[in-house]
Amino acid sequence: MASLPVQALPASKRLDEPPPAHTRIGPVILSVANISLDFGGVRAISDVSFDVREHEVLAIIGPNGAGKSSMLNVINGVYHAQQGRIRFKDREFAAMQPHRAAAMGIARTFQNLALFKGMSVLDNIMTGRNMKMRTGILAQALRVGPAEREEMRHREVVEHIIDFLEIQAYRKTPVGRLAYGLQKRVDLGRALALEPEVLLLDEPMAGMNVEEKQDMCRFILDVNEQYGTTIVLIEHDMGVVMDISDRIVVLDYGRKIGDGTPGEVRGNRAVIDAYLGATH
Amino acid sequence: MGALREEDMTSALDTFPRLLLRNAAERGNHPAVREKDLGIWQAWTWAEAADEVRALACGLAAQGFRRGMHLAIIGDNRPRLYWAMAAAQALGGVPVPMYQDAPAAEFTFVLNDAEIAYAIVEDQEQVDKLLEAKATVSSLAYIYYDDPRGLRNYEGLVSIDALQALGRDYDRAHPGFYDTEIAAGDTDDVCVMLYTSGTTGKPKGVCHSHRAFIVAGGGAAEFDGLTDRDSMLSYLPMAWVGDHLFSYVQSLITGFTINCPESADTVLTDMREIGPTYYFAPPRIFENLLTQVTIRMEDASRVKQWLYAACMRVARRCGAEILERRPVPLHDRVLYALGDVAIYGPLRNMLGMSRLRVAYTAGAAIGPDLFRFYRSIGINLKQLYGLTETCAYGCLQPNGGVRLETVGPPAPNVELKIADNGEVLLRGAMLLKEYYKQPDATKESIDADGWFHTGDAGLIDAGGHVKIIDRAKDVGKLATGAIFAPNYLENKLKFFPHVKEAVAFGNGRDFVCAFINIDIGSVGNWAERRGLPYSGYGDLAAKPEVYDLVRQCVEQVNADLAVEPGLADSQVRRFLILHKDLDPDDDELTRTRKVRRRFIAEKYAVLVEALYAGRNVQHIDTMVKFEDGRSGMVSADLRIEDAKVLPAQSMKAA
Repeated sequence: MASLPVQALPASKRLDEPPPAHTRIGPVILSVANISLDFGGVRAISDVSFDVREHEVLAIIGPNGAGKSSMLNVINGVYHAQQGRIRFKDREFAAMQPHRAAAMGIARTFQNLALFKGMSVLDNIMTGRNMKMRTGILAQALRVGPAEREEMRHREVVEHIIDFLEIQAYRKTPVGRLAYGLQKRVDLGRALALEPEVLLLDEPMAGMNVEEKQDMCRFILDVNEQYGTTIVLIEHDMGVVMDISDRIVVLDYGRKIGDGTPGEVRGNRAVIDAYLGATH
Repeated sequence: MGALREEDMTSALDTFPRLLLRNAAERGNHPAVREKDLGIWQAWTWAEAADEVRALACGLAAQGFRRGMHLAIIGDNRPRLYWAMAAAQALGGVPVPMYQDAPAAEFTFVLNDAEIAYAIVEDQEQVDKLLEAKATVSSLAYIYYDDPRGLRNYEGLVSIDALQALGRDYDRAHPGFYDTEIAAGDTDDVCVMLYTSGTTGKPKGVCHSHRAFIVAGGGAAEFDGLTDRDSMLSYLPMAWVGDHLFSYVQSLITGFTINCPESADTVLTDMREIGPTYYFAPPRIFENLLTQVTIRMEDASRVKQWLYAACMRVARRCGAEILERRPVPLHDRVLYALGDVAIYGPLRNMLGMSRLRVAYTAGAAIGPDLFRFYRSIGINLKQLYGLTETCAYGCLQPNGGVRLETVGPPAPNVELKIADNGEVLLRGAMLLKEYYKQPDATKESIDADGWFHTGDAGLIDAGGHVKIIDRAKDVGKLATGAIFAPNYLENKLKFFPHVKEAVAFGNGRDFVCAFINIDIGSVGNWAERRGLPYSGYGDLAAKPEVYDLVRQCVEQVNADLAVEPGLADSQVRRFLILHKDLDPDDDELTRTRKVRRRFIAEKYAVLVEALYAGRNVQHIDTMVKFEDGRSGMVSADLRIEDAKVLPAQSMKAA
């Protein structure tokens, strides 16, 4: 047998699917400017501004009561700030509305899960597709052609998410019967069903054991890498935050006291003071 | 190469690539393989499968893969990984499937031993491990992956899709290349290299020829009348000889369909959906299934529990006899028919075994009670005996000739005899060609007359059926001179759903002691129903209530042993419950979950000593490895308890 020419090992760039259009961090996609939020006489956030760049993972950290969750709620319109403006994809708002945030591509998960406990994993994630359903309730009930085709399309998206989050074994299981860590994953899955551009995660790893945290980190990074989704997350575990974030915003008593890369934040005097007490 | 010879070769169905071509030609539209993806079963016909293999083989050739080279294959059961095996064989190469759950450090030995340059793997997890191993494996140069997830930013990897695209170009540019390569294959070429799990020492690469596996697979398929209408669930590690024989070899020989589950967690659901007609599982899987049934029955309502108990009594009395078409009184037949409607049928359905014609178990001895349970609910579960070195082919139980304590007569084309020291010897075409690069080991295990020394102790009964007692080297004697077969005792203990693993000690001692691992699922459920709080495995295992529960199991085994001739001295006098699960990651079990007896005896020497010294409490520090590769210390004070021992029954009573 004649010897065959050995073809050089092709670079993965050429043979594989082309690299994603987003080559990591892009321009500013979301910015909050001079946000102040009061509840009666209590000031939760005062004069906080920061930018979120496309495709980055931004962590918001701070001690309890620093205003982190309030900040997420302002961004997706659950709370309306008394002062300041939010700019998202070249449109400026004094106050966001939740449905508009969802329609524009901002999804979120909750600190205390808000899932339908009696419904299956599949159905819970399917509810995340609600915004994208076009056919009417009657057409869906009668399963007429267009409604059925639409359902199949949505189901395919949902199946990709189930595959992505590795929860195939629980597809038909009622969410209430799942372990806490898995419920968190379903919550993430429902947010992903919206195919968001920006994903707000409120303590995605709270109450998890080490292994579950590792899994969650991997899912978050995979979402960011594979779909290019911009991620804003609140997290208390500093190890996790330093590991997976591109940038960190630090809040304390409603004020921003730090903003930068993990390395910069780690060396920031004000941040150390806030976490360890001023007289450490 | 002469035209005549080429014609001879292609007409002879004596290599796997030729069998693949035959299947594509004769049953091109019949499903060859199914895989559940995105919640839907996707199927590939034999014609499509043959085409995929062709593209893959040509792609490998374009990348420089040559006759005689080794191709590492690592991952869960995926159609493309099975095709990779066929692709390597088509080029005259040798696939080397490896255990997908082994850590990188364990890969290194096999990768180096087999001088692996090319590897086809499933996903990022396996790629990461290969890249980690690469530092110490200089030969490794080409890595191909199936699932692109998470691999976007990796350099120097190629997807199977890309490899196949390359192959299709290559095929067009080199017409006739692929067919010539298949024609050049010989039935005595090595077709696969399987590494033994290595209960002792380093793993050895077992080289098998096409001929050996075709004799083994063909013999077994004919024995059970398998056809291309059959259907098999492929979920056991591809590196295990059992999966290779049942999924890859027999599917190519008979043309039946193999089904790849969606993930390791969904096997039960997938099995229920597919309803395979042919099934193979090691005893521990049958054990797990029965444990689940038992747990769920304990949670059922009173009425259902009563019905289940009543029906199972009938099944125990006559179920196996009905399956074997032996005479059974009419009223038992009627009761069994009722039970079939009420319990056995739904139970088989729940287990995904409604369509099952033939099920086999092997890999370890199966507890007699466990075995009888499945047969009594109408599942044709049979035992076979074989080793990695004999293509998992040695003895088969024939339909209608199944006996609980034997593994059946020697299979077609297999010669078997018992050596003077009680060791089982096998001879036939299914024997290994050699251990890779270990001529001494080969010479040691195959003697001058061609007999393979299995290392198992056994005997042949009056009916010509073979009974395997234990590993020859494990069988020992108590200080009283009575025989001590630890596996036999452990299996008896493990039949209880509460007991997951057991390790018996007694060789050269006055009496027998045992370590017990509780089954956290079963005992946990039991504890919850009693309102017994516990924080985790170690805590639960130390509860006095759990000790009582386990003592009942041990004493029941003792009662059985007391009436078995020669085994009365093997009753378990003292036992303890270990504070952690025995784990392959800690080297306590093999990857196929066999107990590493000697290693455990050394690691837990303090505990063994405490058992025999008569102490009631013993402190121990144990090193454990976590899944991420880190390790830590676990310490505990273990309680040791006595179990009641019965006097040996007289021969009359036995």
